[in-house]
Amino acid sequence: MFQCKTVWNKMAPLARASSTLCRQSGKREVLRHVRRPVLAHQALMSSGATGGGMENTLYVLLVGATCLGGGVFVYRTLSRDKARYDDRLSDISSRWSEQREQGPAQAEPQQGAADPSITESVVKEVSPEASETAFKVPTLEVATEAPAVEAPVTGARITGTCLTDAESADPSSLGESEPGLAAWQNVTESASDPPPASAMSPVEPALPEVPEHAPYLLIGGGTASFAAARSIRARDPGARVLIVTDEADLPYMRPPLSKELWFSDDPSVTETLRFKQWNGKERSIYFQPPSFYVSPRELQTVENGGVAVLMDRKVTHMDVRGSKVKLSDGTEISYDKCLIATGGVPRNLQVIERAGEEVKKRTTLFRKIEDFRALEKVSRELKSITIIGGGFLGSELACALGRRSADLGLEVVQMFPEKGNMGKVLPEYLSNWTTEKVKKEGVTVLTDAVVKNVSYKDGKVQIRMKDGRVVKTDHVVAAVGLEPNVELARSAGLEVDSDFGGYRVNAELQARANIWVAGDAACFYDIKLGRRRVEHHDHAVVSGRLAGENMTGADKPYWHQSMFWSDLGPDVGYEAIGIVDSNLPTVGVFTKATAKDTPRAVTELSGTGIRSESETEAVAGAVAGAVAGAAGAPAPPPQQKEDYGKGVIFYLRDKVVVGIVLWNVFNRMPIARKIIKDGEEHADLNEVAKLFNIHDD
Amino acid sequence: MSYCKQEGKDRIIFVTKEDHEAPSNAELVEDDPNDPYEDHGLILPSGEINWNCPCLGGMASGPCGQQFKEAFSCFHYSTEEVKGSECIEHFRGMQECMQKYPELYPQEDENESGPSGGDDTAPAEPSNTDAASVPDSSVDEVTVAGTENAATS
Repeated sequence: MFQCKTVWNKMAPLARASSTLCRQSGKREVLRHVRRPVLAHQALMSSGATGGGMENTLYVLLVGATCLGGGVFVYRTLSRDKARYDDRLSDISSRWSEQREQGPAQAEPQQGAADPSITESVVKEVSPEASETAFKVPTLEVATEAPAVEAPVTGARITGTCLTDAESADPSSLGESEPGLAAWQNVTESASDPPPASAMSPVEPALPEVPEHAPYLLIGGGTASFAAARSIRARDPGARVLIVTDEADLPYMRPPLSKELWFSDDPSVTETLRFKQWNGKERSIYFQPPSFYVSPRELQTVENGGVAVLMDRKVTHMDVRGSKVKLSDGTEISYDKCLIATGGVPRNLQVIERAGEEVKKRTTLFRKIEDFRALEKVSRELKSITIIGGGFLGSELACALGRRSADLGLEVVQMFPEKGNMGKVLPEYLSNWTTEKVKKEGVTVLTDAVVKNVSYKDGKVQIRMKDGRVVKTDHVVAAVGLEPNVELARSAGLEVDSDFGGYRVNAELQARANIWVAGDAACFYDIKLGRRRVEHHDHAVVSGRLAGENMTGADKPYWHQSMFWSDLGPDVGYEAIGIVDSNLPTVGVFTKATAKDTPRAVTELSGTGIRSESETEAVAGAVAGAVAGAAGAPAPPPQQKEDYGKGVIFYLRDKVVVGIVLWNVFNRMPIARKIIKDGEEHADLNEVAKLFNIHDD
Repeated sequence: MSYCKQEGKDRIIFVTKEDHEAPSNAELVEDDPNDPYEDHGLILPSGEINWNCPCLGGMASGPCGQQFKEAFSCFHYSTEEVKGSECIEHFRGMQECMQKYPELYPQEDENESGPSGGDDTAPAEPSNTDAASVPDSSVDEVTVAGTENAATS
């Protein structure tokens, strides 16, 4: 009995202890499913009988086992976490090194300095080289002292940042001694002689056809784009300009496509695209021969930069946030500054769109070189061509084809809804006079003609008009306007103007930060004349040049007013500037024309066929002090006596002159420009007309 | 005798030569020579060269633009008695570059920058091989230009 009591007494603390143990181990079991409560019972049974010494050992055992279990648990959790962490880190670093190899090397290293993983990979890449040069270190000790000083100064920014990181991260592989450091500097210095990219990532054996980055990206390969490229190159030495165009041709000028090229006697003109000016001088419609441009492949590396043209590629998507564009084949090009000069697409008549394949096959929408070639072929092969549209393009083509009509036995018909040619531009009396001129060129002109329906019947295209007239023809040319190309507005988040169409830009031709628009597609704010959109050649040149200036930091508004001109055959021509809209009230001051007042005579004198050139020819001549006119041209036949031979027509808006047409009066554009710039109200416009000396040559 | 007629909103005036003999009394606003917006000729108001001047054709922007700029700048700022006489090296460099692009810089008499531009140096400046006048003739060719792509002017 006493024994039992002793045993009980002895058991009690144990029981207490073991019960706590039991509780604790129970808890652990609940938490971890590791500990078995059995151990506690075993402890109970064995310790009761034997005595105190065993107790302690068991205590120790129990506690030890528990700790061990706990330790195992913690270790496993931690190691799992570490593994996850390592994975993540290596993921990030591999992503970084990918970007580094692709992107511009200059930018990355600075960011890379912050990221430890970059540093690791940098050091890893450089250290093999460093270890090679380490052998040469002793001999280079003295020599490299100088470069060691220069390197941070001369080298790219890469050298500086990489140096500090490499030092801190892994000095052992480079050697802590001066020579080691100098050798490293030597390596980076010599590596930075070629483009810095090679210091950071392995040089690719062949450059891609499309450069990944273009500091200046010009979308569209027409007149505005080329003028901008030239402006950028003039102002930013060594600029690298990439022009992306969906045409298969290098940049060219359009006016000769509807004028001079048709007057050429050369039968191979459709191949050479060279036009002869009146004085015999020839030039190509291409702004520059192919040798002017560098290939897109070499753009990023060529010394002194250049202009590259990527043809047959369309920009389909523009990511303004990321400063990059995507082409139709998926290639991406990033940019610093971008110009959108996408021009436009000729409009078509709805009735022709709906008329079916046979009619559409026989319809030309005239804008590009290929349209010129096609129409030229048609003019030789077919018997009748009808031009729908009475504006600049329609009238010029009608006159050009009309001239050939006699030789080719070709019937040329022109029809439009207005009362006369250029009805929306010239005041009625002048428009009527012009229509008579066009008729004299051999064109059958149908005025007040609204097309109701077009169909293909009996081998002819039949055009039925609202008033019942029917024209049967072989081929149709639709010259009914231009639809500005604003396909990129959506993806780029650019505003489109609802009144004039085109991208809306400010007076400096800027649409958004680092994006400018020029040429036919730009609806810009003209400080003098208000918001407008202009579709003329000289405007494309002026706005392209201005955009190029602004892309290189000039921030100048549209100020130099562009002009335009038109020739209706070699005997009638006019130059104009500003807003020339026949709805405005006009004042015309005329005299009688002499034989000398024809476009032909003027171009002979100045030696150019492109009218806007003759003005700058005069400027250049003034600069040099001597311009030689080509003398000795045969005198043109005397002109008929006309009522409106020579003159000046002023277009008024609220009594201020906003537009001027110089009718058979040439080389006076600077005066006209000045009058519009002044924007003054003149009481007597006859006095203003005196400034033009219209009676003189 | 001049006379006038009105056709709707359009007014038409016919004038004889005598009518226009008297000088005009129309007032024109005086031009501000320092207007920052204006296009300037070859020389900017600050005295610097306007490389974007249409009169240079594309000389400053073509493949030999760098060499041209150096040569012309040297000539422009030259204060020697024979202007530009110390610029021979630059002009030589420019000529060497231009010879690499015969299409762009035709080497005939009418020379300079254009591929058959609308250039009317009919009294051709013969490209002198005489070193002293190389600067002269090159500059003349340049400034008389209006060439290459004068359409972009």
